[in-house]
Formats: sequence, C-alpha cells, structure tokens
Amino acid sequence: MKFLAEFRDPERVRHCVAELRRVTTRRWTVMEICGGQTHAIVRHGLDQLLPPGIKLVHGPGCPVCVTPIEEIDQAIAVSLLPGVALCSFGDMLRVPGTSSDLLQARAAGADVRVVYSPLDAVELAIQEPDRDVVFFAVGFETTAPASAAAIERATQLGLRNFSVLSSHVRVPPAMEAILTSDECEIDGFLAAGHVCSVMGSAEYQPLCERYQVPIVITGFEPLDILQGLLACVEQLEARAATGAPVRVENQYTRAVRESGNVHAQSLVSRVFREAPRNWRGLGNIEGSGLELREDYAQLDAKRRPALEVRTADLPHGKELASPCIAGRVLRGLARPADCPCFASECTPESPLGAPMVSSEGACAAYFQHRARSSHGAE
Amino acid sequence: MSDPKAPAVECGVPHIGETIQLAHGGGGRRMRQLIEQLIRPALGRSLEAAPWVKDTRHDSGALDIDTGKLALTSDSYVVSPLFFPGGDIGRLAVCGTLNDLAMAGARPRALTLSLILEEGLPLETLRRVLDSAGTAAQTAGVPIVSGDTKVVERGKADGLFINTSGVGERSDQWIHPSSIQPGDVVMLLGDVGRHGVAILCARQTLHLESPVESDCRSLWPDVEALLAANVELHCLRDCTRGGLASACLELAGECGLSFCLEETSIPVTPAVRSAAELLGLDPLYIACEGACLVVVPAAAAAAAQGVLGDALTHIGSVSRASTEGAERPGEVSVKSPYGSSRLLTLLSGEQLPRIC
Repeated sequence: MKFLAEFRDPERVRHCVAELRRVTTRRWTVMEICGGQTHAIVRHGLDQLLPPGIKLVHGPGCPVCVTPIEEIDQAIAVSLLPGVALCSFGDMLRVPGTSSDLLQARAAGADVRVVYSPLDAVELAIQEPDRDVVFFAVGFETTAPASAAAIERATQLGLRNFSVLSSHVRVPPAMEAILTSDECEIDGFLAAGHVCSVMGSAEYQPLCERYQVPIVITGFEPLDILQGLLACVEQLEARAATGAPVRVENQYTRAVRESGNVHAQSLVSRVFREAPRNWRGLGNIEGSGLELREDYAQLDAKRRPALEVRTADLPHGKELASPCIAGRVLRGLARPADCPCFASECTPESPLGAPMVSSEGACAAYFQHRARSSHGAE
Repeated sequence: MSDPKAPAVECGVPHIGETIQLAHGGGGRRMRQLIEQLIRPALGRSLEAAPWVKDTRHDSGALDIDTGKLALTSDSYVVSPLFFPGGDIGRLAVCGTLNDLAMAGARPRALTLSLILEEGLPLETLRRVLDSAGTAAQTAGVPIVSGDTKVVERGKADGLFINTSGVGERSDQWIHPSSIQPGDVVMLLGDVGRHGVAILCARQTLHLESPVESDCRSLWPDVEALLAANVELHCLRDCTRGGLASACLELAGECGLSFCLEETSIPVTPAVRSAAELLGLDPLYIACEGACLVVVPAAAAAAAQGVLGDALTHIGSVSRASTEGAERPGEVSVKSPYGSSRLLTLLSGEQLPRIC
C-alpha cells in the first residue's frame, strides 16, 4: 500500500496543515461534494486540524441520500408486482420511502435482491428467464457507465425480461443549483475524484467561470483532501488580494485526466439522455438526471406496460412530519450533529433520513466516528 | 481408548458413500461405531498427559482437581467455510474456548466437545476436523473429556457445528473488567484482523499477493507466562467478533472508564492493511482469534513487555471519565497520527456473519 501510505504520511499532512494556516487570512466556506470525501474528513478528523477561518460543509454527493422519495416508492411498488425480481445495491434497501422501504417489501414477499454490479442483474435475467428482472439504477457519473453497459449487453442478448429503473444523477447541475440558491454561502468546491475520473475536469470549467468559484478535484486520502483545500484557499486568497481569476484545478492527477474516460462517456451518452430530476433535499434540477434514450425504451422500466404502477398503489401524502433535517444537511446548511434526532431517534439501525443509511451519508459518517454517549449512542 | 494411530474409518463404520447418516446420531450401533472408531481416536490423544482425568467413559468426564477457584465457559462454532488458511472449525473450537478461560486467568483443565452434524457430511471432513481439534487440545495439554453427537437432516445445518465447553483453575489475581483503573496501560498481544481477512478471502476466493492466514491459536501459554512472572494483570479480553474496537468498547463500558488508543501504535500486518483497504473494512473492527487486550497498571507494563517481548504492544491508556468531561464513561477514542481523534462505536449489525 505504498501508493496510499504516501497520501497518509503524517509529516506531509502536518506540512500541508501548516501551509493552510499560513495562507488563510479570511473566513472561507468550502463544500466537499462527495460522500467519500466527507467520510475521509470525519474518519481522519481533518476538520479538527483546520485554521478557524475555514469551514467545510458537506455536499449532496451520496446518490442513495438524494434519491427522491417518489422513486423509492415506485421501486417498492414495482418490487411487489407479481413475477418481478427487483435488484439494487445493498444501501438502497434500507432507504425510507413514504411508508416503507425495500427491506420491508422483501419481508412482505417481494423478490428484492442485492447486486454488486448492474451486470449481475443481467446475469440474473439470463439465469431466471421466468422472472421479470428490474435493476433499480442509482448513482452519479461513476456508476452510470456500468448501467449503460448492462443495458447494451441486455440489448445485444435480446433479453426481454430485463429492464432498468433509472435514478442516475449528474453532479454539475446540482452544484449549479447549490450556487444559485439564496442560502448559498459557498466560496469554493472540492469536486469528487471518482466522478471526474469518468467525466474529466473540463466539465467544471463553465461553472467555475460563470460563478467565479474555484473548483479543485481531489482524491479521498487525508493528504488529497488537504492539498485540494490548500489549492482552493490559495485561489480564494489570491482573488481577494489581487483579483486573480479562479480556475478548475486537478489535485487527483493520479486518476483524473482533463478528458476523463472517453469510452465510458460515450457509453453513457449512447444509452442515456439528460432529463430533469428531483433530488431529495434539493428539489427539481433541470438536466440533472439520466433517462434511457428512445432506442432503449423497451428496457426502460418506467415505460414498460407490465411494470406500470397504478397511482392507487403508491402511498399518498407527503413524508410524515419529522424533525429530521436531512434536507438541510444535504444542502450544506446544517451538520448532522445539529439535528435533534441525531444518534437518539435516528441511528443506522433505524434511520429517519437517507444520510444515516448510506455508507456515504454524512449522518452515518458522524455517527460512526463522532457519536458520543450523550447522543444516546451505545 | 483405541490406538490413535489406527485407521479412523474401518469395517463397521458405515461405508455408504462415507458420509454421515441420520443413524449416526440415533444412539444405536452406528453412533457407537462413530464414537469409538472416529471421534475417540481423534480426540483421545488429548488425554495422554492429563493425569487429573479419572474417567471419560461415563455420562460426565470425571476430574480430580484440587482447587476452590474455577472458571467455566462455553462457546459454539459455526464458521463458514469449515477449513480456512491457518485453521479450521476444529482448531478454532478448541482454541476459542481455551482463550475464554485464559482471559479469566484460568489454567484450562478440561474441555467438552459436542457436534451437530448434517446428514451427508463426508466422514473424511469430520475426521480432518476432529484430528485438528484433537491435535490442538493435545498441544495445549488440555484433555477433551466428554462430548455429544447429534445428526440433523440434510439442509438443517451447514455441514457441521461444534460446541465446546471448558473448565479451568483461576489464578489468585482477579482478572476482570472491574479491576481496570484510571492510568492503566492498554496493551495488545498479537496483531489485528488476520482471522477475519483469512475467512473473507477463503469465502470470496480473493487471491491476495501475500495470503493472509488466520491467527487462530491458544493464548494460554502467553497468559501463563505473565502469571508465572507475577505480572499484575487487571484485565484480559480476546478480540474476536467485532475486533479490537469492540473489545475495547466492551471493556470501557463494563468498567465505566474511557480508553484512548494511538492509531499508529496498533499493529496491523501490511497484508491485512491492504486487504482491508480493498474490501473497505476498518482493521480495528476485523475479527482476530489469536490477539487479546492486556490491561495492566502502568508500573507493570515493562514487566509484561519483558515476558512477552515484541508480541506485546503498548497501544493506549485508560482515563477517568465523567458524563460532563472530555472523556465519557465507556468511550474509546483513537488518536490519528495527524493530531486529530475519532470515537469508536459498536458496529451496526454484523461486519461478517459466521466468522467463528
């Protein structure tokens, strides 16, 4: 693990922290986009090392967390249709819908299965031709290529019993939604390395120019994040001092190229097109979702008559009133520990909000590494 | 007792596919043959150097032990797969129970071993498991004096399950969570995560560059050495399911104090560290079967180190805790090499089912 040890080296971390302290002269608020970054920050206590002027806020980069309640409700309703085997990633099974979750649907008799790759769902459709296999696809640009590959493979095989319930989302439109919100107090972004390894860094240039906000792409080790933060703060300080223009910077050069993974990008654009999408916590965002193109309409679970869910089968009404502040946490306006339910009513065993469910959720990160006995944790 | 070197399976033991049949648990001739020709030879070797065992042929093993201070423990083993790098369910079932006694500072004196077998289990598999259990007990010098065999229908058990119980003689020291004091030193005997990673690799057929073997072993010889050198021991706890983190949380909770660990001083082999990284697991939570916490007064730390040498690592300390203060009762904090710290919490659910 030499490769990782380098980015966990205490001496280099201390040096980077000292640099951050030296260059910081004002108050700056920086959002890390990705749940993986949030976990690294909380796990390694990086926020404890920062100069007082720098505030890190946690972004919406946890696909499980932002999947809207109506999509969960639809997946539950589809899973309960006769003959259907609904597949998804493990975390999705525990995300609360309006009145239930997929685990409860399974307990009630639905055939709900955990897969590690969309291609496993294709394999299942081959193995069990009498099941109508529906893959509930969630994730950012990182997982969309695998879903696209599964859809192309199912098409090549002529599988009639495979379809996809797409809930894929794109990061840049969400960043723009955060930047245009009245509540926005974000000065800079740490963009997610994994997403950029697929999409490249060029995609962020327009955002950076339009909103004059520095965007630094980082990896997920302590030094990655601190180096990214240092680069971001240096840009902000330079802009404040001399009016220097801000730019997109790539700290994660060992994984991210400017052009990204062109093969994966073309796979995604062959299969999917951009569409408006509702985000939990952020609301509807133009162009932030990915839906199947016309050529693949037959594999779109939302357009398959046999999988049509009657409105009457969907739960009515809004989410139950809950003091859970997941929406504010996802917009970077509050921290998990600010929530009255944190680690008392809301725990990973019985989550009230999605960020407590997912391994990438901010609330789960705080629970795992920060929850105190006074919060009711064991 | 039959000659342990005699072939384990001979005429009379069912040859039908050489597998376990329901009749092997029926109390009749088949069961007697299984016990006499396979189980006793395999496990009987553990009786050779145990003069305090008076008898093993009745409903209970009879022991002549002249002590007033006993420790008694029991544990069941359901590990999957039955054989893994560095061990198997038989060795694990013996060492695990020996370790539970050792953690109470008790010299193991006798074990029982009970089997739940699934119809259709190959006799060869059973023989290998029992040979391994017998060898582990013999090496430890602890006799297996009694046991039981049940057979369940195919599909009602996964090959075989084992329960072992153990009785031991406690030392004069009261080695117990309630003996832990503020200022005590927390030491780790062994290194973390090897058992869990070995099981996971065996289960997922992950091929690592440097294969990880389970650390499954008896900890009694090390505990015996500490006791023989009169090292003052406050508490011992083996790091099994839930790993080092869970063992520390249990002890801190039971003594109402707080533990503070130094992350960089916790020994993790490079192979375990790499595998854990790959699998997304925190090594502090991965199961061990040959590592334990040794909590001693600060003044005894050097003596303990002198007895066990490099196998023992100083990983942290115990602090007084208050519900208002920086350190709360039952809390375990880990200092990072960067000067920050995090709190450990008990796992939600199980990291890996059927690890032991």
